[in-house]
Amino acid sequence: MRTDRLALGAFLALLLLVPAILSPYYVTLLNYIGLYAMVALGLVLLTGVGGLTSFGQAAFVGLGAYTTAALTTATDLPSWIAWVGASPWLTLVAGLILTAVVAVLIGSLTLKLSGHFLPLGTIAWGISLYFLFGTMASLGGHTGISGIPAISLFGWTLDDGGEIYYLIWAFLLVAMLTTHNLLDSREGRAIRALKGGRVMAEAMGVDTGRARMIIFVIAALLACASGWLYAHMQRFVNPTPFGVHIGIEYLFMAVVGGAGYVWGAIVGAGVITVLKQWLQDWLPSILGASGNFEMIVFGILMVLVLHRAREGLWPILKKLVPMRAIHKTIDAGAEPLPRRTLPKAGELILEAKDVTRKFGGLIANNNMSLEVRAGEILALIGPNGAGKSTMFNQISGVDTPTSGEVLFLGKPVAGHDSREIARLGMSRTFQHVKLLPTMTVLENVAIGAHLRSGKGVLSSAWRLDRAEEARILKEAAAQIERVGLTEHMYEEAGSLALGQQRILEIARALCADPCLLLLDEPAAGLRFKEKEALGDLLKKLRSEGMATLIVEHDMDFVMNLVDRVVVMEFGQKIAEGLPDEIQQNPAVLEAYLGGVE
Amino acid sequence: MDMSIALILGQDGITNGAIYALLALALVLVFAVTRVIFIQQGEFVAYGALTLAMMQSGALPATVWLLVVMGVLVTALDGAKALKAGQGRRAAAVAGWNLAYPLALAGLLSVLPANTLPLALQVILTLAIVVPMGPMMYRLMYQPIASAPVLILLIVSVALHITMVGLGLLFFGAEGQRTPAFSDASFELGPLMVTGQTIWVLVVSVLLIVALYQFFERTLYGKALRATAINRVGAQLMGISPALAGKLTFFLAAFIGALSGVLIAPITTIYYDTGFLIGLKGFVAAIIGGLASYPLAALGALVVGLLEAFASFWASAYKEVIVFTLIIPVLLWRSLTSRHVEEEE
Amino acid sequence: MTQQTQAAASNANAKNPVLEVKDLSVSYGKVEALTNASITVGEGQIVTVIGPNGAGKTTMLSAIMGVLGSKGQVAFDGSLEVVPEVERMVARGMNLVPEKRELFGEMSVEDNLILGAFQRYRMGKRGHVQTLEEVYALFPRLKERRDQHAGTMSGGERQMLAVGRALMAKPKLLMLDEPSLGLAPLIVREIFRIIGELRRRGVSILLVEQNARAALQVADYAYVLETGQIAMQGPAHELADDPRVIEAYLGFGGKHQAMLST
Repeated sequence: MRTDRLALGAFLALLLLVPAILSPYYVTLLNYIGLYAMVALGLVLLTGVGGLTSFGQAAFVGLGAYTTAALTTATDLPSWIAWVGASPWLTLVAGLILTAVVAVLIGSLTLKLSGHFLPLGTIAWGISLYFLFGTMASLGGHTGISGIPAISLFGWTLDDGGEIYYLIWAFLLVAMLTTHNLLDSREGRAIRALKGGRVMAEAMGVDTGRARMIIFVIAALLACASGWLYAHMQRFVNPTPFGVHIGIEYLFMAVVGGAGYVWGAIVGAGVITVLKQWLQDWLPSILGASGNFEMIVFGILMVLVLHRAREGLWPILKKLVPMRAIHKTIDAGAEPLPRRTLPKAGELILEAKDVTRKFGGLIANNNMSLEVRAGEILALIGPNGAGKSTMFNQISGVDTPTSGEVLFLGKPVAGHDSREIARLGMSRTFQHVKLLPTMTVLENVAIGAHLRSGKGVLSSAWRLDRAEEARILKEAAAQIERVGLTEHMYEEAGSLALGQQRILEIARALCADPCLLLLDEPAAGLRFKEKEALGDLLKKLRSEGMATLIVEHDMDFVMNLVDRVVVMEFGQKIAEGLPDEIQQNPAVLEAYLGGVE
Repeated sequence: MDMSIALILGQDGITNGAIYALLALALVLVFAVTRVIFIQQGEFVAYGALTLAMMQSGALPATVWLLVVMGVLVTALDGAKALKAGQGRRAAAVAGWNLAYPLALAGLLSVLPANTLPLALQVILTLAIVVPMGPMMYRLMYQPIASAPVLILLIVSVALHITMVGLGLLFFGAEGQRTPAFSDASFELGPLMVTGQTIWVLVVSVLLIVALYQFFERTLYGKALRATAINRVGAQLMGISPALAGKLTFFLAAFIGALSGVLIAPITTIYYDTGFLIGLKGFVAAIIGGLASYPLAALGALVVGLLEAFASFWASAYKEVIVFTLIIPVLLWRSLTSRHVEEEE
Repeated sequence: MTQQTQAAASNANAKNPVLEVKDLSVSYGKVEALTNASITVGEGQIVTVIGPNGAGKTTMLSAIMGVLGSKGQVAFDGSLEVVPEVERMVARGMNLVPEKRELFGEMSVEDNLILGAFQRYRMGKRGHVQTLEEVYALFPRLKERRDQHAGTMSGGERQMLAVGRALMAKPKLLMLDEPSLGLAPLIVREIFRIIGELRRRGVSILLVEQNARAALQVADYAYVLETGQIAMQGPAHELADDPRVIEAYLGFGGKHQAMLST
């Protein structure tokens, strides 16, 4: 028996027994922990995994609570909506729908903005919704709404803390399981790439805007469900628990527990809730005054956690339970992913015409033209600062040319999204490697197959994606083997040497099944043997019909590998031709070696 | 609504707007130089107002003890570091500013009959207590993680905000305070009655803005802060350390916050937690300026002030909702004008 | 080959070393970018570090300056820095002109220059107005454009401003990271003329360059950095004739040795 399974089993058994062995006080405490953990779980997904921060989750909790409270207690609703109030289960659905709509609205306003506008926005609408709850007469103003019915389930009425306890924790455990499943899937890898890997993810065809919206809505829905449970547990709601300061507390729970970990939500909610109870008992008597003084301690605690243990408590706790790393199994029998038909050798794949890019007064690219054909390797070389990287960005859609045209397979792509370009069959690596350092090599490479697969959030959450997942992993493993990294397949990508990380990027690009490969300095930092292996790989790809554009500094590597060379200096093309011609070209030598006189 | 009511509301709006403008400028400055989103700005407003009120009530302002505690911590950290590096003079300077100064101030305040002093001196003493907390806060809370992502710095700010609110409750109690006006004079301007305090607020705000402009345009330290905001690496290579820039910025922001508090305390009743909403309105203004443009932020502040004043007339219960919802069209406009995927820090 | 070269040679001409770096190592996470690099710059010397992209040249300069954390010893101007701190190094007379220039784009040329004297001003030394005139004398172009925003200038002017700004600190040691990067030949020539001029004025210079020939012509001593290690070193004129340099640095397989010695 694995120790982690054992620990999990013991935890679940303990949960089951709690109402029988503990006093109602502790059951209530655990109810709150469960409710809070559900909101914190949303923040784990949003903040810890996705890198987005919200201080406004309490408002979504309020939305869930007030929706059910208003619908189940109102007596004079119009008939088209009144029927919903008949059962809390119907109001749950209504609350979730309303929350999803609100979240999509708010998300579409704020998610496109750079990082800090979202949390500031969440504070603002958190306050707005809070004041709205407090001032709308139909919602009972500051006195709130009472007389909310209990939930009944198969004729069993959950009107006691010990009974709704099971419902709360069942909700939480299901939420944790689905979140866990989601993160370990195609969509999950896209979500995990949001934090620090957006440019890379877009280049692999991930719609990162959509992925951000998804986690924002999921987090809101979890908060809404928590609010619904809360309303039917308390049988009463008023605005106080939905203010911005409670929203801040939720974020603290996630961060203290470990915002990057599903279990961090429970740990954080538990620690903060228990601590709050203690402090509320102790502090007023110590300080000789009454008030929310626990906030002083929470604030300091939070700063200390961020200074000393930014990952939160869960990773520290996890070390106490020795766990064996579990490797994903590669199913050799999985059906291969569909492949695109490669263009015939010699066919024109990429054509850049008179591309010019200006930055203020600087002209980084001036009338650059080049073309790449299927089954050939073209090298773009030139001294540092010649504008090669800028040119690369114009072709790959990261940047938009000031003027000129880029045609890929005959279609204009200049100024298009990187993911659109990726869909057409262009795949790239980055000069400064962009990978997700804490994910395994296998998972990093699997992101490359994003566009060759299509299972969404719901199938991932409920594990209906396993057949496709096996196909993705098989493909990723095959590409890893192809580039010679098999022995590192299960290591964290961040622990590889720089040269291997570059190779990993090539495997990821290949995993997208491209017809044009853009490689930005793939040989930099590689040892001699590794360079040889890389050269062999690229030659093999060429023989299969792949078109390759390579920006490289290492002349030895380039000259022995490529078919044609384009040389840039000062943003312009100074020479183009076969490697041998280029090596004899005085202008090139001058550009490369430089000269004073 | 007739003309005279509109004028009165306009006067209210502009007075509050002037304060929001000061706060918005400080927020933009702090963000530009340190990347810290200065959520706790509002608490400096409340601490300024309530410290003055406490002094006027004849009590020893409890904030001075917070200053002493923060000073002790800074001395422990920086003094030890300087001693270890064998820099005795530096250690002495650290202890002088962070240990001797707060203790001397506490001693002075406990013997001085502060409530009988002239208002100007009370204001100076208030600033002397509250403003140094700014640089100390930067040293203790932000300097150790100065290169952390913006979001981490933001969470620290929020944590400090709630800590300061809690401490505010402890220091000042739950009662609201309103201090006497700087002057009882009032002027009739056609149908409008302009109070002396309004004039004080406007004049001080304008003077402060002019002084800040001069500081940034004419002095080397002001230029150094601008340089840090424009290019952090470049500034560091000139020997402008991020720690120095951070402390200087927090000094300015704390000064602006505490002074704003002193200015509005005669106009609005200030509670220990009032600062948050005031500070957030400064934020709405700063966001209108995209957290980058000073003139736009100041203009936004006037809009916020006027909107708030007129909203309180038409829909007083929804005043806050209306002001904070203003942020939505602003964010909408900003999201429509940004296109490319950016890598977050 | 590298072992022998390293053991045999050292920058022995460096009397009164201004900078002595011993066993400097820098890691980015688990990846080591610089391994046990040792270099010496003598007073009034121009020392160059050349090597291919990604060899760790910029990393080395950043570590010496204290911008990056490192292991090893950096002795500057006679005293050892356990942990180099940028502000302290600037105050003590070390200045770096970084590869990306790092100018204050929305500030005037003159403000950029004045900020170069920030540490001096802070330590109570005045006289930056005079230094400003000296810098203007060296770069008349900057004087013409003193009120213009730095961000609106051409590449060559930006590089001059970056060098001028560093000179405002009156450095003992000036470190230049790829000063010729992306500049037209005429301007490169001008930059190298100024580097020579600075040496005549007694400034020691550590020059990182991809423009190998120009660097080797102007320098007294040279180091070749490869994958984070010093692979070769020697008097600059000797290395300029060494076929291995051409091979290691350019990968032309020694075919074009003639190009270097012309």
